[in-house]
Amino acid sequence: MADVNRGNRPLSPHIMIYRPQMTSVSSIMVRFSGLGVFAVAILIVWWLLAASTSESGFVAIDGFLRSGFGDILLTVATWALWYHTLGRLRHVLWDFGYCLDVKVAEKLGLGMFIGATLLTVITVLVV
Amino acid sequence: MVQLTLPKNSRITTGKTWPKPEGAKKVRKFQIYRWNPDDGKNPQLDTYFVDMDSCGPMVLDALIKIKNEIDPTLTFRRSCREGICGSCAMNIDGINTLACIYGMDEIIGDVKIYPLPHMPVVKDLIPDLTHFYAQHASIMPWLETKTNRPAKEWKQSIEDRKKLDGLYECVMCASCSTSCPSYWWNGDRYLGPAALLHAYRWIIDSRDEATGERLDELEDPFKLYRCHTIMNCAKTCPKGLNPAKAIAEIKKMMVDRSI
Repeated sequence: MADVNRGNRPLSPHIMIYRPQMTSVSSIMVRFSGLGVFAVAILIVWWLLAASTSESGFVAIDGFLRSGFGDILLTVATWALWYHTLGRLRHVLWDFGYCLDVKVAEKLGLGMFIGATLLTVITVLVV
Repeated sequence: MVQLTLPKNSRITTGKTWPKPEGAKKVRKFQIYRWNPDDGKNPQLDTYFVDMDSCGPMVLDALIKIKNEIDPTLTFRRSCREGICGSCAMNIDGINTLACIYGMDEIIGDVKIYPLPHMPVVKDLIPDLTHFYAQHASIMPWLETKTNRPAKEWKQSIEDRKKLDGLYECVMCASCSTSCPSYWWNGDRYLGPAALLHAYRWIIDSRDEATGERLDELEDPFKLYRCHTIMNCAKTCPKGLNPAKAIAEIKKMMVDRSI
């Protein structure tokens, strides 16, 4: 494909001037929540590995995960896991060609934020 | 590649504040992106004040008034003033749209105007669309046929013609492609919503006989599959079209033909 000779032309501003949209925010949050869940999953694996290898190591990581900060971290991770799950379900609908109208997609985006929050509260209450 | 900041030569500085019109009662503030290729300076944001009592209702009316009465060097594309030529696409109040059909009453507060996002700037509000047009050309935007030419025209049933509604209306203003974060980060290889909507317009045309070749051409991790259904394209389209849906239909056809 023919490349553009940009010369010294400036690049016009993009993400810094584009108004956040429900469509774009709910989309990028699926990516971020996925990354967050992955990071916390490493902590959980560490916790399990420590349980089977060294007692002092387990006490350290177990103490961290059961501390006040650990509680907050795991609650946020629970929200991220629910949000990511709902986000991926939305992608399944889209892949079958449903819910691709802007208004419906925006409602689903809002629904993902509300749904993830509700499911997190339920999860915290049950656990 | 995701690059959240602007290159050094593209950072925006504070520009000139032009004097307010004398004796005007209803004044509105405009902040407009300026870049002059001839003065060697960085882009700047100029401030203008427009008397709304003697100005038409659309953003383009205000731009023309500024150019006529305040600053004749302000540069922008415009032609039809009724949303059919697609020339005056720009970023107004944080979204991409056509200045000629976007009313000033839809904007709360000051009016901020930038060129279409993440494009090389030719001057002021004029982006370089060379690459965008080349991508459109690459999807073969014409009827491809193999059978012999009919004696008269290529015929199409009313039902088949209806499949082109919501696609043929595209005016190639580039609002959708330049609203798409995927196109910002990978616009060199990802075709973007506009070109893909046009690709789909020819794929589902009942008269076209190159569907397979068209799909082959799009079966690529970048050209088609950089679309993550962010849907900024459909949200911003000044003609109310839905490129996201057209792209999803292409993806469905890819699956259909492989199973």
